[in-house]
Amino acid sequence: MSKKIELLVGAFLFAGIAAILMLGLKVADSQLGGSSESYKLVAKFSNIGGLKVRSSVKVGGVVVGRVASISLDEDFAPKVVMEIDTNFNQFPDSSSVAILTSGLLGEQFVGLTPGFVDEETEILADGDLIEDTRSAMVLEDLIGQFLYGNSED
Amino acid sequence: MLINTIQNLGRSGLSTIAGLGRAGAMLFGALKPSGRGFKLLPLLIKQLYVVGVQSLIIIVVSGLFIGMVLSLQGYTILVGYGAEQSLGQMVSLSLLRELGPVVSALLFAGRAGSALTAEIGLMKATEQLSSLEMMAIDPLHQIVAPRFWAGIISLPLLASIFSAVGIIGGHLVGVDWLGVDSGAFWSVMQSSVEWQEDIVNGGIKSIIFAIVVTWIALHKGYDAVPTSEGISKATTSTVVQSSLAILGVDFVLTAVMFG
Repeated sequence: MSKKIELLVGAFLFAGIAAILMLGLKVADSQLGGSSESYKLVAKFSNIGGLKVRSSVKVGGVVVGRVASISLDEDFAPKVVMEIDTNFNQFPDSSSVAILTSGLLGEQFVGLTPGFVDEETEILADGDLIEDTRSAMVLEDLIGQFLYGNSED
Repeated sequence: MLINTIQNLGRSGLSTIAGLGRAGAMLFGALKPSGRGFKLLPLLIKQLYVVGVQSLIIIVVSGLFIGMVLSLQGYTILVGYGAEQSLGQMVSLSLLRELGPVVSALLFAGRAGSALTAEIGLMKATEQLSSLEMMAIDPLHQIVAPRFWAGIISLPLLASIFSAVGIIGGHLVGVDWLGVDSGAFWSVMQSSVEWQEDIVNGGIKSIIFAIVVTWIALHKGYDAVPTSEGISKATTSTVVQSSLAILGVDFVLTAVMFG
């Protein structure tokens, strides 16, 4: 009797831990033991729209990294730090980033466009600043411009 | 007339405070080191069986059905916006953040809490607790402490089993029956669920619910009037008070964690 109870309690604890593992690995998709190697790139925008920490960074639709932090620098310009997977470490410093929206009302992400390569370009390394940025399109501003532009005519 | 009302109010207020004091003293007495340490482990395993294993079936079945219902309801609403891909996100976030911890704590209060109260109340009525004291065994260590720890260990595990089974149930209805794309179901879920934000916070919730429910159940049993009527009253008030406490504490915790 006591043996059976021990067995059942063990199975119960095991099932509980298995459920936690399933939630962690399958549902939240968190990597155990530190995620894969990454390096940081910095970009300054004039407006980041609805970009959030952990929004994805994409090159041609392929996720290469995530937004690590968003802060204001000393000139009150939004500063976005991105963590890029080290598998993708060959971006020249002529690359540009833009804040894009997936779909009409979807979530916002950082689109990275690799630039040209010639003798003067260097490869972006950890902590480098990407100069060429394009800010988020804010729908209200667009509507405002549209209305203002029409009334000028 | 007025004096009587005020007297009654004062009496019930004082007895509430005294009850709180007895509950605190009971918990303190049960948790202070007994010097017997690991000798109490077999008692804990027995209680894990009673409190945890025997609650498993009701948790699994209700988790499955709640996941299935969430999926069905969510689908009919989301499909109107063409957003049925987000079904996995809806099902998993509502289970992990709210329904998993709260519903499993409510079921736990009904299934295990009432049994704990009735058992300890009957022990008191049949003077088993007094006989333990006569044998120089502290009933708080022998009876209350193993049940308390068993509740604290069991409920978070039960809540995570509830959420996991619920998500499987949601997958069953959403993907296998209603035809949401399986890849989209999982990938939207994975990109929106965060380990720290959702799963750990849900776990903290269910640990706090476990403390609340087990404490109320043990106190009500230990403090019951040792008659058959007193035990039935104590069992009822265990279920009522711990359910209300769960919902109230849940509001506060949600406001702190996600507000």
